[in-house]
Amino acid sequence: MTRVLEVSGLRKRFGGIAAVDGVSFHVDEGEILGIIGPNGCGKSTTFNCILGQLAPTEGEVKLDGRVVTGMRPSALNRLGVSRTFQLLQVFPQLSVRENLILAGQEHEGTMLSRLFGPPDAGLGPAADRMIGFFKLDHLANTPAGELSYGQQKLLDAAMAFVAGPRLTLLDEPAGGVNPTMLSTLKERLRAINRQQGATFVVIEHNMEFVMSLCSRLLVMAEGKVLAEGAPEAIRANPAVIEAYLGH
Amino acid sequence: MTRGQRFLAGAAAAAALAALIVAPLSLGRYGLYVLSLWAVMSIAAIGLNLTLGYAGQVSLAQGAFVGIGAYAAAILTTHGYPLAVAIVAALALSFVIGWLLGYPALRIQHHYLAFVTLAFSTLAFLVFRNEEWLTGGIYGISGVPRPTMFGLSAAKPLAFYYVCLFALGLASLALWGLVRSPWGRAFMALRENPLRAASLGVDTRRYTLMAFAIGSALGGLAGAIYAPLTQFIDPTPFTLTLSLNLLMMVIVGGSGFFFGPFIGAMVAVLLPEWLRFAEGYYLILYAILVMLLLIYSPSGALGILDRYLRGRNARAASALRAATRAGLPDEAVQ
Repeated sequence: MTRVLEVSGLRKRFGGIAAVDGVSFHVDEGEILGIIGPNGCGKSTTFNCILGQLAPTEGEVKLDGRVVTGMRPSALNRLGVSRTFQLLQVFPQLSVRENLILAGQEHEGTMLSRLFGPPDAGLGPAADRMIGFFKLDHLANTPAGELSYGQQKLLDAAMAFVAGPRLTLLDEPAGGVNPTMLSTLKERLRAINRQQGATFVVIEHNMEFVMSLCSRLLVMAEGKVLAEGAPEAIRANPAVIEAYLGH
Repeated sequence: MTRGQRFLAGAAAAAALAALIVAPLSLGRYGLYVLSLWAVMSIAAIGLNLTLGYAGQVSLAQGAFVGIGAYAAAILTTHGYPLAVAIVAALALSFVIGWLLGYPALRIQHHYLAFVTLAFSTLAFLVFRNEEWLTGGIYGISGVPRPTMFGLSAAKPLAFYYVCLFALGLASLALWGLVRSPWGRAFMALRENPLRAASLGVDTRRYTLMAFAIGSALGGLAGAIYAPLTQFIDPTPFTLTLSLNLLMMVIVGGSGFFFGPFIGAMVAVLLPEWLRFAEGYYLILYAILVMLLLIYSPSGALGILDRYLRGRNARAASALRAATRAGLPDEAVQ
């Protein structure tokens, strides 16, 4: 099986505090890896180090065998790594369709070809497919800021997939989403994983969501990897229960 | 915007253009000068609107770029080069300097960026005033010629007004194309959320530099036309006051709205003229009017229109959502 992402010995210090303290893991092609752990255990910092938003103090990140440690976020994205953020980040003044076109437009051609090419950068059909796939059809031309929170979360996820990424990192996709919207989201993520063999890493606190979506889980605590394995094994792991429920 | 609203906007723009072509025929020398100045300032303001309004990068240096363009044009044309060559040189020079001025924006934003650009503005003024060998210092450069194109002289005020209007038209078309291209989308993404934009592959560094370079180039273009309009330039018009005035035009017209700078330049250039009846009090009256406008609509003159349209569209959208929930077909609510 092909390794899409390989993280080894990742460490990030802020002054004397090691937010991420020697984390190593890998993600295989077509896999959905979940990362769980209590608040402040270094999940999001790990994401930010992988994605070039933060420079790791130590360690290495490999994408398809190529070292990408410290690469800029925009360059990494064009290599096929996309993400969503913990806090909702759509562009409120742009329409749903414009948001999706924006998410894909920098992946093809050059600055010059984008300047003189068609206004939708040839991505109109791709954006419309994504709108249909995430069931946002009736909202295509509505400014994203006027959507409900759950709909914006769907759009946020859709934006991560427009460019057909190699690897997608989702930071708490389920946070604050109502149950109906959540099942839509889960079902859509599964469908993308199945149909396109897309590879995900998901940070999530919603246990039910993460257990049913992911094929493998990584548990973090205090900046380290505490346990790793199939959802059922993790659920029964005493160390995990200890970390979550405290003393 | 719905199709009907887009049609109305198009019709309004066409009517305004027709008025700009026909109205000056009856104007005197001074009236033509003021209207030409409006066109020139509009060019500089649409440039700043790209940098600030679309891409969200604060600049207090646009006036300096008008100065750079004006000096480039004045120096070249008084040395016998045609205005067209001078315009290309002014565009290129301000593009390059604007690009360089963009570098600080990669590290700092908002007030801090405002201060850096303010320092640049002061620096440019000092160069205009002190480098006598190049700029003529406080004596300036006089006798800037107006061009002759295709055998027609643009020396008369009316003819030169049309040159100004033509340049404004070209600049507007170029910017219209730019903000509707994927670049426009990337600029807005940069303004709204640079972090997210970068995570979607938008090269925020390059777009930031481009926003400065293109906006500044338009400032340079405005200057290159300003020089033959006044036919005499010295450092005084290009102080920080001009930068602040251009900033006001963008804000008052509506920052980030395509037609904002045209309205803003109208307020800044024409309104003081219309208030002349108030004699000594005209500046006070002018200041009060501008303040009232901004208190009523912080997003500028076009913000009022936008709020009205958005309100209508939002009501229509929520009616549509309600109907969808109730299981009615879409036609029932249209």
